[in-house]
Amino acid sequence: MRGEPKNLQAAAAPHVHVGTCTAGIMGTAVLCLLPAGAWGVFVFGAGALKVVLVSIAASLLTELLLALLLHRFTLMDGSALVTGLLVGYTMPASVPLYIPAAASVFAIAVAKMSFGGLGRNWMNPALAGRAFVAFSWAEPMAVAAAPLALAKAGMEDFTVLAKGPMDFLIRKGYPTSAMDRALTGWLNEHLLAPLGTSLPGGYLDLLLGNVPGCIGEVSALLLLLGGAALLARKIVRWETPVSYLGVFGLLVWVFGGLGFQGLLFRGDVAFQLFSGGLILGAFYMAPEPVTSPLTRRGRLIYGAGCGLLTFLIRFYGSLAEGVYLAIIFMNMFVPLINRFTRPRRFGLAGGLKA
Amino acid sequence: MKGSRTFPEGGIYPPTHKDLTRHLAIRNAPLPAEAIFPLQQHRGSPAEASVRPGDRVGEGMVIGRAAEAFSAHVHSSIPGVVRELRDMVPPAGGRCKAVVVDLEGAFDRSWKVREPRPWRDVPPRDLLACIRDCGIVGLGGAAFPTAFKWDLRRGTALELFVVNGMESEPYVTADHRLMLEKTSELLTGIGIACRILSPREVLIAVDEQDTEAIAALEAAIQARGLGHRVTPLEGKYPQGEEKQLLKALTGREVPSGGQSLEVGALVSNVGTLFAVCEAVVLDKPLIERVVTVSGSPFRYPGNLKVRLGTRVGDLVEECGGFSTAPARLIAGGPMTGFALAQLDTPVTKGMSGLVALSSREMGMKAWETPCISCARCLEACPWGLRPNLLYKWIRQRCYREALEEGLMDCEECGCCSYVCPARIPLTQGLSQGKLMNAGKGRR
Repeated sequence: MRGEPKNLQAAAAPHVHVGTCTAGIMGTAVLCLLPAGAWGVFVFGAGALKVVLVSIAASLLTELLLALLLHRFTLMDGSALVTGLLVGYTMPASVPLYIPAAASVFAIAVAKMSFGGLGRNWMNPALAGRAFVAFSWAEPMAVAAAPLALAKAGMEDFTVLAKGPMDFLIRKGYPTSAMDRALTGWLNEHLLAPLGTSLPGGYLDLLLGNVPGCIGEVSALLLLLGGAALLARKIVRWETPVSYLGVFGLLVWVFGGLGFQGLLFRGDVAFQLFSGGLILGAFYMAPEPVTSPLTRRGRLIYGAGCGLLTFLIRFYGSLAEGVYLAIIFMNMFVPLINRFTRPRRFGLAGGLKA
Repeated sequence: MKGSRTFPEGGIYPPTHKDLTRHLAIRNAPLPAEAIFPLQQHRGSPAEASVRPGDRVGEGMVIGRAAEAFSAHVHSSIPGVVRELRDMVPPAGGRCKAVVVDLEGAFDRSWKVREPRPWRDVPPRDLLACIRDCGIVGLGGAAFPTAFKWDLRRGTALELFVVNGMESEPYVTADHRLMLEKTSELLTGIGIACRILSPREVLIAVDEQDTEAIAALEAAIQARGLGHRVTPLEGKYPQGEEKQLLKALTGREVPSGGQSLEVGALVSNVGTLFAVCEAVVLDKPLIERVVTVSGSPFRYPGNLKVRLGTRVGDLVEECGGFSTAPARLIAGGPMTGFALAQLDTPVTKGMSGLVALSSREMGMKAWETPCISCARCLEACPWGLRPNLLYKWIRQRCYREALEEGLMDCEECGCCSYVCPARIPLTQGLSQGKLMNAGKGRR
């Protein structure tokens, strides 16, 4: 008979697939992260690139080593690459290279593999690595190299501990870049003046990433663009970042001004949203699927918890690790949130008999 | 499309590929030289063989007799001689006896010359008996014995009778063609159902994309002055599933573990009603059905009227063989159908399609990874289950936990596996879990 097929597979239904795969998801996450990292290398110089590369290499090597030990080759799922990249992004560019290496090893070996590998860790591995080195080497981790443009203006090193709003920094002599001055001036003159408002200096530097900070954190704009791509591809669900940033922004707006003028509803929301690791945390760390809740309601609660904790730590805590500790803390609550936010089951809504 | 109705939670939109065959009129498949009749082609207990090797059988003769109400007769689709009774594994799995008939003699009953039965004057009880005698089962895939399903206890008032023309499995267009080509017979089938069931309302659910069928049905209903309503629904998968269909049409949910009758409704498939029409009007048993033979590897795909018991290999040959090697050959549709390892498998009552998939059509290949809790399976599940957790419970043999999670609500629609990026065989795992649980319950 014609065309008798030889290799018919007997397999269970369904026989078609939408086409996504774990490695594809990880790859997309990496692609969406790359522009922000490239910006970090651009403003902080080749040192930043070294830090990121060391983080990635340490992460991949640890995964490979453990894979050989456990006879379970898992490098190709791409999760170690994402972890390594994220670890590198949360490092200051000036940090000695053994620190990102230690962070990556801790992230992969302790936070992920010792719990059973991908999918079983309860804590975001990259954040665990970052937290581990932040507490082990507090001093080099708290110092962030200034962007090269600012270094020329005489700001060699700048501690990221500053929590005050932009206004405070400017009055203290914090420099803004020429680009910020030019763009802000243009915006004020042509767009905002007719609307009866104006933009103070410094915010554009903050949004674009012309500020001191960690390598992958500074460019809020590029992180937001990558985040938008992840949202569009439904790799990140909107619930976590929206409730995270929403709750945090709301709290900052209401209570954030108390420390400065002692007034409610005067908080500097834009400064708080775009500074530090918040955007990186809200779009790339908190929504990490393994360590975030399963349902829409769950993710809303989880994001809100992250927002509340970030606000508390930033404004009333003594640590600079607001975003990262908040997310790690909320990671612990994920099983509990899952337990109380089950999906609504079909046909259990009570007797709807005719 | 905006404003269209569908079930609210979960579901997926796999490419339908119905354009391969939707325009092709039903054509007759060649008569088989030998036919294989599994005695378990339906839900319920298997039929008992009523012939022995060497017996002469006529076209449409009962060869397997239903021993109880929840079962169905099996008829020979060809005249001939019984070669053997053999054990076989039907596509759906399990094990059953099968009667093998070699073609011999003449097709003496053509069913067309016979004077039509005046069904409007026949009492409902006799109509039901006729349906039972003709071995009619649900032709949408579930193969539930129709006479058993329609045998309402006295005093049960049926609010709604739904004619299911959704055909939500990709590729399959058998019901689409029946709605176009056999509109009148279909309405007769509905009329017979109404006489038996006396429902207050009749809805015909059709995919909103299937505008031809909607137009044909509406025109025929109007011409006959009937009160049936055609209700277009969004072609989301699995909209053709009975409970999701009722949810979309009425907003009511069949209680977990319950039957559609509990919300006052019954659902029957288009193909079933056509078979009911032929059974009652022509006294023709269920010996043939429309099978969509489709998928890009087929040289000449089509909608074929096939004698039951025909080897799928004969259908492959009839459709010109394969132009490219198929990676999988499926009895039924690609979402819930059964992969066939060999071409000797016979066409059975519940087989709506024979679909060959190239590896490209199956979606990009990838290897299995651990679950990353991405929650896509939760979002795809129309039943509000957490397939990833159920799978973990079953793998760990924690059946009690799985049952509490709602394992038995799983209808094995395949949505979870379809979307899982970790490529975990969730549907298969849940299906096995259900079987094991059933096995435990029996002990």
